[in-house]
Amino acid sequence: MVVDGLDETDGVDRLFHALADATRRDILRRCGRGELSVSRLAAAYPMSFAAVQKHVTVLERAGLVGKERRGREQLVRTDPDALARARRALDELESAWRARVDRMSGLLTEAAGPGTPAKGPDR
Amino acid sequence: MTVTSVDKDVDALTLTLVADFAAPVERVWQLWADPRLLERWWGPPSYPATFEEHDLTPGGGMKYHMTGPEGEKYGGWWRISSVTPPTALEFTDGFSDQEGKPNPEMPTTEVRMTLTGHGEGTRMELRSVFDTREQMEQLAEMGMVEGMTQAVGQMDGLLAN
Repeated sequence: MVVDGLDETDGVDRLFHALADATRRDILRRCGRGELSVSRLAAAYPMSFAAVQKHVTVLERAGLVGKERRGREQLVRTDPDALARARRALDELESAWRARVDRMSGLLTEAAGPGTPAKGPDR
Repeated sequence: MTVTSVDKDVDALTLTLVADFAAPVERVWQLWADPRLLERWWGPPSYPATFEEHDLTPGGGMKYHMTGPEGEKYGGWWRISSVTPPTALEFTDGFSDQEGKPNPEMPTTEVRMTLTGHGEGTRMELRSVFDTREQMEQLAEMGMVEGMTQAVGQMDGLLAN
């Protein structure tokens, strides 16, 4: 599917672009600990409210944060999908290492030395 | 239970795993230090690893490839930052391109492995840290690691655009 492929590429580009900036990564970290208003965020950086808002928009377009209007405030929260993706990476790394540890354990049993068969049909 | 504890810290991009083996430290170390043993556990059985280079000295490294069921090859490398036989090893773990050269577009992880005598056996503590959150997400997006190798070509295609 050509159209799907294009969409996916755009998505990856947007994700990489969004994460390539230190301020935006910092915004992600802050919002990961709970939702924050744009004005609270703006107070944390030596830049204008408009500049911070622009960063938030880039993160939003990459699907990394969600924005929600509550009263006069705009609240920003880390996109749960992005966080779920990060968790999945650790889950996958964990299962890769668990499988490796199992294989290591198998080798150690197998290599226990001649005369000590790990498993024998007559034992 | 060989794996005794696992800690995953999403903020610190870190996986810490502790495993206990019923074998002395020296024998567990050999699983890392002997390339013929290493290749029997590094890759999944359906993607066995072949280590073409294996230099376990600081500044040295590994060059390996895994071969898939269709004969397709996927390369990887380690760069050793420190080694204290038979108890500690630190290295960077990354992917290679089709020519077997380190692929800078692909995620790398910093791995620190220590072995300590624990009762009659050995405790292995392994810490694996992603450089950046985007690398971690990149890896997850591709659904890699154990089944990771299939995705390498796909990802190269995406990044080539």
